Amino acid sequence: MNYPKGFNNFSQKVKSGEISCCALAEFYLSNIEKNKHLNAFLEVYADEAIQQAKKLDKKIENCEKTGRLAGMFVGLKDNICYKNHHVSASSKILEGFESLYSATVVERLLAEDAIIIGRLNCDEFAMGASNENSAYGAVLNYFDNTKVSGGSSGGAAVAVQANLCTASLGSDTGGSVRQPAAFTGNFGIKPTYGRISRYGLLSYASSFDQIGPITSTIEDMALLLEIISGNDEFDATCTQKPVEKYSEINKIDRKLKIAYLDNYINSNGVQPEVKEKTYQIIENLKNKGHKVEAANFELLDYLVPCYYVLTTAEASSNLSRYSGLLYGYRSKNSIDLESTFKKSRSEGFGDEVKRRIMSGTFVLSSDYYDAYYSKAQKVRRVIQNRTKELFADYDYILNPTTPTTAFEIGGKTNDPIAMYLADIFTVQAPLAGNPALSIPCGVDNNGMPIGIQVMTDLFNEKHLINFAKYLCEEIIK
Amino acid sequence: MKITDKKIDEIANLARLEFNANEKIKIKTDLEKIVDFFDKLSEVNTDGVEPLIYMIDCQNNLREDEIKNEISKEEALKNAPDKDSDYFKVPKFIKK
Repeated sequence: MNYPKGFNNFSQKVKSGEISCCALAEFYLSNIEKNKHLNAFLEVYADEAIQQAKKLDKKIENCEKTGRLAGMFVGLKDNICYKNHHVSASSKILEGFESLYSATVVERLLAEDAIIIGRLNCDEFAMGASNENSAYGAVLNYFDNTKVSGGSSGGAAVAVQANLCTASLGSDTGGSVRQPAAFTGNFGIKPTYGRISRYGLLSYASSFDQIGPITSTIEDMALLLEIISGNDEFDATCTQKPVEKYSEINKIDRKLKIAYLDNYINSNGVQPEVKEKTYQIIENLKNKGHKVEAANFELLDYLVPCYYVLTTAEASSNLSRYSGLLYGYRSKNSIDLESTFKKSRSEGFGDEVKRRIMSGTFVLSSDYYDAYYSKAQKVRRVIQNRTKELFADYDYILNPTTPTTAFEIGGKTNDPIAMYLADIFTVQAPLAGNPALSIPCGVDNNGMPIGIQVMTDLFNEKHLINFAKYLCEEIIK
Repeated sequence: MKITDKKIDEIANLARLEFNANEKIKIKTDLEKIVDFFDKLSEVNTDGVEPLIYMIDCQNNLREDEIKNEISKEEALKNAPDKDSDYFKVPKFIKK
């Protein structure tokens, strides 16, 4: 039996008993088994998923009330904690570590009867744009196994792409949900900073990190976002602003003001089909009577350097907790305290993580603090101010999510800067704090998915979802 | 920017990392490239701009000051690389 993608396409049939949760569990588990070579899952909770499915089926049979996610099987990126389950951030330094508590987002999923089906491969500590920095190997793109999944939430994106689970949760620091979502033909969101609790998310760069769902439909995105958003006493940076009903998607009944950043689309290295698709969407929007204008974002060249100064600095501080003392890997060569720290960390972390810790330590060291760290914090404000100015004039900013479609595995691994530039269109949103959503909008000449990114004003997720649905139904052709 | 071996040693020590001779050549080359990339920021005029530190308008997020015991001793020790029934164990670091 085959089940369609998109929870909204079968959730009613689960409620009515027409589709059983056990049948769904079997379907996903057999898909996972068949697609092992994709390397999307690090661990599959097969027995638990079946047990929980049986319980849910019983409830439905007895006409007991079930949650809004009954019948949804969710995969978790391997940096989101689930009580009594392993979590490793795809790093050897956390091999065997079991979480003592569940992330707030996981508690909220479980409270609505979602079934957690496994944990998903990612770049080590979410540092990467291709999932090639995982200690457990790259994730293969389902549409072309020679291409990357994108990263860092590569497993989360491919699991949804190949229908190995209904939806997944990833985390986005500079594009780690949106970029792999674009590479795999899925929806992926980086919500407004503070919209979703980060409690139980392994920290990479705390002033950027946000959890975001990856889904195959906009309806699933709206529903998951609504369920996992909102105030949390365990995260003081999570806002108390009420959560709107994202899942009640409204029609667009007015003319919109939309900007596209011309110097983004025409910057070096943007693939012709990506450019073409973006301009086609712009034309279609104009034809519907919306005001769509080219705006210039003159700070484009400074986004990625600013992002990497700040995130490596925050990472070097956050990752100091992995010391070999209280949990995680301890080197067999530890003979005193200092060698415990140095050997455990040097043997436990992978190359990219070490590179970023070194870079972050450098920019935070007293000789360079002002020239790099403090300077980047100022540039971040300039970027935020300019972004605010744009949203004073426009409802949405439209851009490609990525300059190219999924690239070859191994294609950028020798040049850290080339890999960093894969984030060029996605870092503006987390630098400024704004929400941004990647929407699948077609394929290139090789059949690889292209994503269009919509960014909007702070805490404007409700309208972002409405607009995305409108784009999907009336604009993207 | 030219980064000296001495600087790499200093930074590595601050970061509690170590690199063998070959790794050191690689990390030095990478860091030089990365710092050159960072130097781009000096082109942005930030005169009179305050550093952006907090990403949300922080109201005080207050809660009741209640004592809660959320993690037991056994749980706290569960993931320790070395322990006895009450304590984390670390390699001996006080010399006789």
